[in-house]
Amino acid sequence: MEVSARFRDQRLAERLAKKIRALEPREPVRICHVCGTHEWTISHYGIRSLLPDSVEVVAGPGCPVCITPASLIDAAVELALSGVVVATYGDMFRAPGARAPSLYQARAEGADVRVVYSITDAVKMAREEKDREFVFFAIGFETTAPLTAVEVLRRPPDNLSFLVAHRLIPPAMEALANMEDLAIGGFIAPGHVSTIIGAEPYAIFPERYNMPVVIAGFEPLDVLMAIYMLLKQIKDGVAKLENEYTRAVRWRGNERAKEFMRKAFDIADGAWRGLGVIPSSALELKEGLRKHDAIERYGLNVSLDGQGDIPPGCRCHEIMVGRAYPTDCPLFLRACRPNRPIGPCMVSVEGTCRIWALEGGWFKG
Amino acid sequence: MCLAIPARVLEVRGHRAKVDFGGAVREVDVTLVDARPGQYVLVHAGFAIQVLDKREAEEMLRAWEEVLGA
Ligand code: SF4
Repeated sequence: MEVSARFRDQRLAERLAKKIRALEPREPVRICHVCGTHEWTISHYGIRSLLPDSVEVVAGPGCPVCITPASLIDAAVELALSGVVVATYGDMFRAPGARAPSLYQARAEGADVRVVYSITDAVKMAREEKDREFVFFAIGFETTAPLTAVEVLRRPPDNLSFLVAHRLIPPAMEALANMEDLAIGGFIAPGHVSTIIGAEPYAIFPERYNMPVVIAGFEPLDVLMAIYMLLKQIKDGVAKLENEYTRAVRWRGNERAKEFMRKAFDIADGAWRGLGVIPSSALELKEGLRKHDAIERYGLNVSLDGQGDIPPGCRCHEIMVGRAYPTDCPLFLRACRPNRPIGPCMVSVEGTCRIWALEGGWFKG
Repeated sequence: MCLAIPARVLEVRGHRAKVDFGGAVREVDVTLVDARPGQYVLVHAGFAIQVLDKREAEEMLRAWEEVLGA
């Protein structure tokens, strides 16, 4: 749409960059985003190179594939190798487990693993192949969880169950806000998660943590504007919640999508790969829907202890909270590359290591 | 994964709609939104997740032009 294209306007971007440099803070400021697509925009358009030296932008745990616990991948691989058809989204397929290799390798060993664009495709397949058992490996944040809710509540066929691994972003941001050594000065909140949950849930950050938050879209101007708005707040000594992405994000988000989520899921504590358990950060199927829960149906034993989440030498657990950059990892672009990844952050297109490898996110000046 | 792409709604039938991604016409699920033909929706993994507010988009750009003195 031509309006979208205007959010890539070079002339506005240059002026905005100038304004940002004029706001150069005297003390170092660290801004954190929590979205793989934001990292892509920042790296692809070289946004870090436009910022004053005292401003740093780091990536938080915004990559759904990266944060899905290895123990759940092991469970999915185990199911696939036992003859169940496992369907999932894009690059979940290649993410390594702890004991087991990836679903991709399971397929090489003869398992029936299918990559789908939409959960609806998996439902359709299960309906068409009644003699097979299907499991949909449902990963993703609040952007994706309502889709699972819709299909679960639409009476899926009996031969389909769901391995639900949905995670919630605001509790993860809160976990980051509580890591004092990170010294986050402000958050860029993820636009597409926010189309669902709205602006409202981020109000706790200015209130409780005195931390500015700006919700941003994904065009380069959106991200630059968010950085400008955050630096302006910091300069003025205030902490507010602001919304830059008003074309898609309302205060209360998508009420209908939230209602579907409330009907399908309960909130539980959730393990995040490499980060441990974050309170109230996971969704699980409600009591009445448990017959479609793959963990119950197959009696899967999924541990939350994080064993094997991070391969030896890999620093994804630090990269995913912005404590380290990919370039701080000795394996980056040496032993670990996009075509033979070691850690989850190099596997997913939303993983910071992969984005930096392909787009050069470290480029400064 | 969280990527959502804008598309223009062409035709709505129950919970399915035909949408146009700048030339490529696809069918998506519109259970989660009230979408009318002509509107733009954000599409994520086969579902429209929000209706885009074109007026808001234009107002925002205008406000920026002002701030930036462009
Ligand atoms: S470069 Fe590879 S090994 Fe190093 S942190 Fe990233 S994913 Fe892990």
